[in-house]
Amino acid sequence: MTGADSHLFDAPGPRAVRRTIIGSGVAAVFAVALIVYVLMELSAKGQLSAAKWSPFLKYDLIKFLLHGLAYTAGAAVVSLGLALVLGIALGVGRLTRTAIIRMPCVAIVELGRGLPVLLSMLFLFLAFPLAFHIDLPAFWTVVLALVLYNGAVIAEIVRAGVLTLPKGQREAAFAIGLTGTQTMRLVLLPQALRIMLPSLISQLVVLIKDSALGFIVGYQELTAQAQSAALLFNNPLQTYVVVGVVYILVNSVLSEASTYLGERQKRTLSQKVVTAGDAVTIESR
Amino acid sequence: MNELIGALPILLHAFVTTLELTFLAALTSLVVGIIAAAMRVSPVPPLRWAVSVYVRFVRNTPLTIVFFITVFGLPQVGINFSFFAFALLALTLYTGTFVAETLRAGIQAIPIGQIEAARATGLTFIQVLRYVVLPQALRSVVPPLASVFIALFKNTSIASAFGVAEAIGTMTNMVNVHSTIVLWVMGATAIIYIAFALLFGRAFAWLERKALIVR
Repeated sequence: MTGADSHLFDAPGPRAVRRTIIGSGVAAVFAVALIVYVLMELSAKGQLSAAKWSPFLKYDLIKFLLHGLAYTAGAAVVSLGLALVLGIALGVGRLTRTAIIRMPCVAIVELGRGLPVLLSMLFLFLAFPLAFHIDLPAFWTVVLALVLYNGAVIAEIVRAGVLTLPKGQREAAFAIGLTGTQTMRLVLLPQALRIMLPSLISQLVVLIKDSALGFIVGYQELTAQAQSAALLFNNPLQTYVVVGVVYILVNSVLSEASTYLGERQKRTLSQKVVTAGDAVTIESR
Repeated sequence: MNELIGALPILLHAFVTTLELTFLAALTSLVVGIIAAAMRVSPVPPLRWAVSVYVRFVRNTPLTIVFFITVFGLPQVGINFSFFAFALLALTLYTGTFVAETLRAGIQAIPIGQIEAARATGLTFIQVLRYVVLPQALRSVVPPLASVFIALFKNTSIASAFGVAEAIGTMTNMVNVHSTIVLWVMGATAIIYIAFALLFGRAFAWLERKALIVR
């Protein structure tokens, strides 16, 4: 609903176009003036000097930051896998009719969603060694905290996915004699998981962003590496800007992929509705 | 146990800071989000572009990095705030993108007839947004906005790494001083967080019922 296809306004006429151009020109002048002012201030403070920026051309620093990126990706991907397993278990658990299974699942989901990831991380970092006399490796401190939160979120996505399936699916499965568990495993879950794919990819973006908290518990991910590098070269602003750009690039690609898959799914799903009577078409898809 | 009873009032006091930060940032990011969403659907292309750049950049950056750039960048251009104000700014910038995107989805979901009717009565674009589109969009997005604001409540904890003495910062200090009550203090903090998250969930569910438009 942006641009010419919007219902909120007509295509601009010659006067509106003229006003837009003049207004944009004036705004652009102000924006350029602001940018020049900011750059002059930064330059006066020596923030634009070669000494602050040139380290990013050195092989060693690039390698150091790439190491961080690899650690970020590692924690995010492992967390996504484990959170998916936990999420499916909790999501299905919440849908069972047995209260003894359902209640603990509800409790864990509320716990995971209500706790800040940072608090779970600090808990694993500070309290876990005291309680069990084991020092948890930094990687698992980060991963387990991320899994608790994202598992709870995925559980809700699974539950919503199963609940939005047409009622006929469950009824048909029961009608051919499948048990409750079989219905869930063979009919409902596979369909729900397919609908979930775009949400799972956007969850990966959330994981990559949240893994940046790893710097607080000493996990050498991208933000932690950035912090060390900034101390070494005394250029915090420059380092965080560079690292920010890296995060934006990676996450933009993932966000786009998620949107693309979502749109494609919407198209195929609407086609399905059109051809709902034609069982053969649905099967072949 | 006595140490915990001594610690509890300090912890509760720190939660006041957490709540202050949450409510102020919720308010400012709601304002930023409404303005950004309005710009995003406006007939002026540069306004739309500006917002999509803002949303794409800030939404894909970890909040921690937004904090770092705010805290290290703004003093370099002569802007010196307290840590609390910097935290408020970083949280607003970050949460504003989520509010804007949520609202945009809400605007897109409004029946076309509403917009056509509003325009047929001769309202200008801004009037259409102000009197017809936004009131309905805001009501329809209460549930997703609730998730955004509960996430904001939890995100305020990141301010602890930047010198704001909110709940997590205070908890960490306490844990460092009294190593004997680590589990108690952390458990108490966790319970208070969950209690507030559930309370906010309830409050938004009530709001959703109040705001519901029956079509």
